[in-house]
Amino acid sequence: MPFSAPPPASGEPYVLSASLDNARHLSSLLRAVHFQDHATCFATASGLRVTVEDAKCIQANAFIQAEIFQEFAVQEESVMFRINLSVLLDCLTIFGTSSLPGTSTALRMCYRGYGYPLMLFLEEGGVVTVCKINTQEPEELLDFDFCSTKVVNKIILQSEGLREAFAELDMTSEVLQITMSPDKPYFRLSTFGNAGSAHLDYPRDSDLMEAFHCNQTQTNRYKISLLKPSTKALALSCKVSIRTDAQGFLSLQYMIRNEDGQICFVEYYCCPDENVTEAEL
Amino acid sequence: LSRIGDELYLEPTEKGLSLRAVNSSRSAFASFLFAPLFFQLYEPGGPAPDTDYFRCKVHMKSFLGVFRSLPTLEKSVGKCLILLKPRTSRLVLQLHCKYGVTKTHNLAFQECERLQAVFDTQRCSNCLCAPARVLADAVVHFPPTLAEVTLGAGPGGKISLRNYVEDEAEPSKTMVTELWLAEDEFQSVTVSPGSSITFCLKEFRGLLTFAEASNLLLTIHFDEPGRPVVFTLDDTVLEVHLVLATLSDLESSSLPPTTNGVSHLPTPADDLADDLESYMVALETSTCGGASGGPPSPTFPLRAPRSDPEEQEDEEDEDGAVPGTPPHKKFRSLFFGSVLTPGRPGLAPTQEVLAEDSDGEC
Repeated sequence: MPFSAPPPASGEPYVLSASLDNARHLSSLLRAVHFQDHATCFATASGLRVTVEDAKCIQANAFIQAEIFQEFAVQEESVMFRINLSVLLDCLTIFGTSSLPGTSTALRMCYRGYGYPLMLFLEEGGVVTVCKINTQEPEELLDFDFCSTKVVNKIILQSEGLREAFAELDMTSEVLQITMSPDKPYFRLSTFGNAGSAHLDYPRDSDLMEAFHCNQTQTNRYKISLLKPSTKALALSCKVSIRTDAQGFLSLQYMIRNEDGQICFVEYYCCPDENVTEAEL
Repeated sequence: LSRIGDELYLEPTEKGLSLRAVNSSRSAFASFLFAPLFFQLYEPGGPAPDTDYFRCKVHMKSFLGVFRSLPTLEKSVGKCLILLKPRTSRLVLQLHCKYGVTKTHNLAFQECERLQAVFDTQRCSNCLCAPARVLADAVVHFPPTLAEVTLGAGPGGKISLRNYVEDEAEPSKTMVTELWLAEDEFQSVTVSPGSSITFCLKEFRGLLTFAEASNLLLTIHFDEPGRPVVFTLDDTVLEVHLVLATLSDLESSSLPPTTNGVSHLPTPADDLADDLESYMVALETSTCGGASGGPPSPTFPLRAPRSDPEEQEDEEDEDGAVPGTPPHKKFRSLFFGSVLTPGRPGLAPTQEVLAEDSDGEC
């Protein structure tokens, strides 16, 4: 059950304060983007966005809209800080990660502003834990400039069809090659590993295909090590939209339904691999 | 098959598709022959009628990687297409899955010679036949790390299984497990009392797991110690053979004289001083001890003292292949009809071998 934090000594309100009955609604989403230790949190009145980046090539965003929280208040136009995501997740799951039916960890999150730590109050079964996590100067985030008007190819698939494929990707391959085309093979995932090449083809009329809008044949390669973490988001999601623009930038958007049936989104942006060699078929 | 070797040999024949493996020390060989009826479609040869069937070998791990998750396979894969493309040097495995999804794997392969262990079940004087479950239940009593086990025929038609203990092992530190199976547990028993053989358990366990899962009858053919033991599984569409080398019995008086004039004790490797020392000890004391310390996995000696002239030639070919192998046990090698790596002087197909591969049953 939500509880109110002690009022700040100086009387100045928290820049960000939020309450959540079930901390798992937040922790599971954050895990889906947890492939680096640090993340940037960005809060506005609409909700919270947590961003993780790597190698200046890949960016993952987890969106938790204000409606998911029981209480969500942002005093300034926007609040932004950098935080250690590993520590944040450890705190959110301090009562353990196994989900027994009926029990959940309640969360209250408070942030006084620039230079202050993020305060977490977690309660489960009458036991309260208080965590203070230091925040850091937010770093500049990549802007992939990916917008719907520039999309060349787009498909929406049921995640069920991709989960096993991503989990079993041949990691000895340096790249994951994605082919999207209005003609055969329509949608193909390829790897080129030590054993040989492997191709996974999804026909446009497959039951898994919810939407198929491919205008141009495009084949792009992405570093497999960068995309592999997206498997976590895929595992949680029910649907995924895969889009590419004219430059081959990839956008993966995962629709995740939480325990209470609420919808949240996680997206991954990835730029194509620079070292392009002759594709092996 | 992966319990035996690192490479999978694929040999299409008119009798069906044969998948084979051999271990690095050439003391274990297995083949699975899938009859054409097993498949929905089976086309072994190329378009030209007289061309030799194409053989190849692939890395076991690469092949297994295609069939990684068995439960998923059962749920989602409808059919599997296997194509051998010599021109592009690719073995194509295509899985047709649920929802119209197609998974295509293009595996690199190597051409190879025919892999065939020479054995003849007709020549085996002993034969046991039992549901695989009986033996699987029996071997479960042995520790998973146990290397060798001795199968023997005892009084009253009972069959014993006992873990093999090295002679120089300290009696106070070794645990001996022995279990006896009554004759009625077997479907058929044709053994000479007192006969026994010792073979490696690891590969045998692999076969038992398969046999139990497929609910097949296991037949064991064996002869005297030192000659390979052959395990067979038979089904309408599948024929499985596992051939294991067995420990040779030094005290057996039925040893024919060696061709090179050395004593009846098998000669250890020429290049191991340890073995030489224990060999000298063995000569002096005339006991059956003599195996030096080292890794317990069975490997075959570089020279087979009881070999006939034809076999000797096989052995000499092997000498060059495994100069550094410490042949610490006295396991005999399996005689292979043909050498694996191309480029080596292969044995002529018409060469007289000691025993032809035969489909003879017990």
